[in-house]
Amino acid sequence: MKATGIVTGIISNLVTVRFEGDVAQNEICHIDLGGTKMMAEVIKVSGKNAFVQVYESTRGLRQGDRVEFDGHMLEVQLGPGLLSSSYDGLQNNLATMEDVFLKRGEYTAPLDHEKIWHFTPIAKPGDTVYAADWLGEVKEGWLPHKIMVPFSFKDEYKIKSIAPEGDYKIDDTMAVLTDAQGEEHKVTMVQKWPVKVAVGGYVEKPRPFRIMETGVRCMDTLNPIAEGGTGFIPGPFGCGKTVLQHAIAKQGDAEVIVMAACGERANEVVEIFAEFPELIDPHTGRHLMERTTIICNTSNMPVAAREASVYTAMTICEYYRAMGMKALLLADSTSRWAQALREMSNRMEELPGADAFPVDLSAIISNFYARAGIVKLRNGQTGAVTFIGTVSPAGGNLKEPVTESTKKAARCFYSLAQARADKKRYPAVDPIDSYSKYLEYPEVVEYLKERVGKDWVEKVNRAKNLIRRGKEIAEQINILGDDGVPISYHEQFWKSELIDFVILQQDAFDPIDSLCPMERQEYMLSLVLKVCDVPFEFDDYEQCAAKYKEIINILRQMNYSEFKSESFNKYLEQLNTLLYHEQ
Amino acid sequence: MSSKAFQRTYTRLEAITKATVTLHAQGVSNDELATVAGRLAQVVKIKGDLITLQVFAGTEGIPTNAEVLFHGEPPTLQVSEELSGRFFNAYGDPIDGGPKVEGDRRQIGGPSVNPYKRKQPSQLIPTGIAGIDLNNTLVSGQKIPFFADPDQPYNQVMAQVALRADVDKIILGGMGLSNDDYLYFKHEFESAGALNKIISFVNTTDQPPVERLLIPDMALTAAEFFAVDKNEKVLVLLTDMTLYADALSIVSNRMDQIPSKDSMPGSLYSDLAKIYEKAVQLPSGGSITIIAVTTLNDGDITHAIPDNTGYITEGQLYLRADTDTGKVIIDPFRSLSRLKQLVQGKQTREDHSQVMNASVRLYADAQNAKTKLENGFDLSDYDRRCLEYAKAYAVEILSIDVNIGLTEMLDTAWKLFARYFSQAETGIKQAMIDKYWPAA
Repeated sequence: MKATGIVTGIISNLVTVRFEGDVAQNEICHIDLGGTKMMAEVIKVSGKNAFVQVYESTRGLRQGDRVEFDGHMLEVQLGPGLLSSSYDGLQNNLATMEDVFLKRGEYTAPLDHEKIWHFTPIAKPGDTVYAADWLGEVKEGWLPHKIMVPFSFKDEYKIKSIAPEGDYKIDDTMAVLTDAQGEEHKVTMVQKWPVKVAVGGYVEKPRPFRIMETGVRCMDTLNPIAEGGTGFIPGPFGCGKTVLQHAIAKQGDAEVIVMAACGERANEVVEIFAEFPELIDPHTGRHLMERTTIICNTSNMPVAAREASVYTAMTICEYYRAMGMKALLLADSTSRWAQALREMSNRMEELPGADAFPVDLSAIISNFYARAGIVKLRNGQTGAVTFIGTVSPAGGNLKEPVTESTKKAARCFYSLAQARADKKRYPAVDPIDSYSKYLEYPEVVEYLKERVGKDWVEKVNRAKNLIRRGKEIAEQINILGDDGVPISYHEQFWKSELIDFVILQQDAFDPIDSLCPMERQEYMLSLVLKVCDVPFEFDDYEQCAAKYKEIINILRQMNYSEFKSESFNKYLEQLNTLLYHEQ
Repeated sequence: MSSKAFQRTYTRLEAITKATVTLHAQGVSNDELATVAGRLAQVVKIKGDLITLQVFAGTEGIPTNAEVLFHGEPPTLQVSEELSGRFFNAYGDPIDGGPKVEGDRRQIGGPSVNPYKRKQPSQLIPTGIAGIDLNNTLVSGQKIPFFADPDQPYNQVMAQVALRADVDKIILGGMGLSNDDYLYFKHEFESAGALNKIISFVNTTDQPPVERLLIPDMALTAAEFFAVDKNEKVLVLLTDMTLYADALSIVSNRMDQIPSKDSMPGSLYSDLAKIYEKAVQLPSGGSITIIAVTTLNDGDITHAIPDNTGYITEGQLYLRADTDTGKVIIDPFRSLSRLKQLVQGKQTREDHSQVMNASVRLYADAQNAKTKLENGFDLSDYDRRCLEYAKAYAVEILSIDVNIGLTEMLDTAWKLFARYFSQAETGIKQAMIDKYWPAA
């Protein structure tokens, strides 16, 4: 018997409901506003009153309006067809809505129930299976989409029957399983899962040991993120958070990408809608959209659904991870999600923590980041969810609750610096403040030696030291003046500028420079370090600056040229002439 | 509105604060309008049958036995072509002595456009100001504020931009405008002969601050009528959004909400986003572009209002007085148009983005040189050339009194490069240099 209730109070999107029967925390209910059913979630129960956050505008709602409880938490539907879809935070399909404007209470089906999928069985009758075990697969684009024993199935089952190879719709019965009591359970291609609960069904979650390549030099070379790792990008507005995230989404070495536009600008999502179908995945040569799901709850869409959107996105990633795939989740921005929590906590008159955020903010954030990771499946395969979130610190000040809480939870930190953005040194990732904890993992270091080169890690460390030294010297020059320091200081400063301009800076809008594969990164860093080893004789600091500017210019032209192409080699020749023959 | 049959009148207020009143009433819906002692008010909180109303004109002199009438619907605006050329107050009533506007009644603050149905902004909006067109190109469907100190001529610049921009309608939402500024806008619009395409919703400083909360929604409801129903290109000007946010904080304060940063309500981000996100390029061809003003306290952009604004808008235009040349310039460092790459090099010349980046980078080098100079150090030859370049760049490009076409701006920049720098010092792609470097 599901509970019912009536509205007794309204403050913005927090509604108080007096209910009959039993309700659960986070249970979903629907409020009837003159025939329009608006979805809401229970966020607190007190006596016979449930406080619900409504996922829609509450305009026109009255005291006494009827409420029906659904008996389950917020769920998403998981099945073939998720990829290349565009959803709102509650997994409504935005593409199948008719009107230009979003209508209240208009909920659309996430998956196409009529589409035909070609099914090939993997398991056979008589097999013993557990939740998340693979029963068969369909081709979703080029990806083998596994049809699994639903995550919600407990204990062990025997396969009674399984559908033969052929064409099916998602609601067709693909297998019948028998539980220990002999009861039969039908399995279709679709399953439901509550978004706020992490998907299990794997054997273990080892430490990440591989690098997820992004083609972005300041990440891959200096502070790589691990496959199944976590990272975050804080930065004041205008520092290029979104451009950097889009670059990672376009180029990241993952099979499935889920982008959660959480409380951000609608036009940024439109950019994805417009660009991605045109773009080609550099790793597979297929259309980018085929591997991408977009969860879009822009800043003007209801605040409560904003909170749900990151969970919806994470659940979809976990679903693909259970298929043995590499998924990448990009959430822009987790600060907006935290603000949604703050708004609700505020309306419920909870005692506030720092900056009026709820006191459990830190716990909520670390719980969420903990859902990422690489997992070992029961069949021995691995799958991964890599998570990169952006943070929009208020006033660009990193000493604020969301940044601080995230710093505790994420292992990579890509700090976007206002000073770099002001100088148009993009991506504005600060090379000194940023870090990747994965570089401290011996297994990651081993992997890098294998993947990139035996002396790679030493080279990277050398580059980092040159940058650090360059920064110190720049400060000294500022205090003492150009003439106040020896010429060797100027040389060291320009070596760091060389690394900055050639390695750190990257033109995200240039078709060639924007994507720098690992081989090319290795080549360029080695080349730059070789330049740093060339002994020069300078009469004064101006001569030094002029020389290095010339070198930088040539190397940048190389960055803009196709790797090892004719023009690339031409610039290389120019460089060699400049370095070794004009002394 | 007040002449509905069997309308119930309440005459007993339970509580009065500076901005709100509370009373017992039945069957009241959230967000609906009411009249309290003849003043307009809106339902902001329902707790059982206890209703809290926000009184727009303030509660001064309202007695506990004030007459309260509920209207049964949220605030509305009557929209039609008749709006053109008219001036209204925050409630949508004419203040220019003209007749009431007849037309379709629309609830203000309506639903959002489905992001999937939006089109990518792609139409350049030229303004003639090089600091905008060259460095921070505007695109239709964009939302962008001017960040300016109160003593800067932001309203003048905005009027200038509005009148030069190629659009079908201009809608002014004036919040806390001084009477002088209101008359300035009126005069500028009239003397440009553009009055018939301009609609103004104005709340001046002599009117109650909470009334301002209605202005953006009124202006944007009118904008949606022209953009959605009439497929027109609409430009909305909102000035000053800082005063709008101040009004928000007044109301939340009176409702005992816990303030977050800078005593602003915790929902400031969502409140501002709801307004700015009305900017849209519609699939039918109509568009709404929003140019706003956010005044700063002594240039402080870390304050909650500009900070939240910056995260919502697609860039910001930063006005600054350049002490070296005495000009008001569009600051090239902090200013940004996030949509510029959608038109740069596509609707403008191919060298646009390279020229822009190089010119700003060299301007940054000039700032370094300036720091050196101020610290009493010797300047290098390059430093001196940078400083010379910076002055010319401020006067010929960044100054807001520049009014030239885009091609001319690009040519000017190339001339400056050639005058002060070698080709390699600009760091521009060689192919562009070969094509555009001015012959000596």
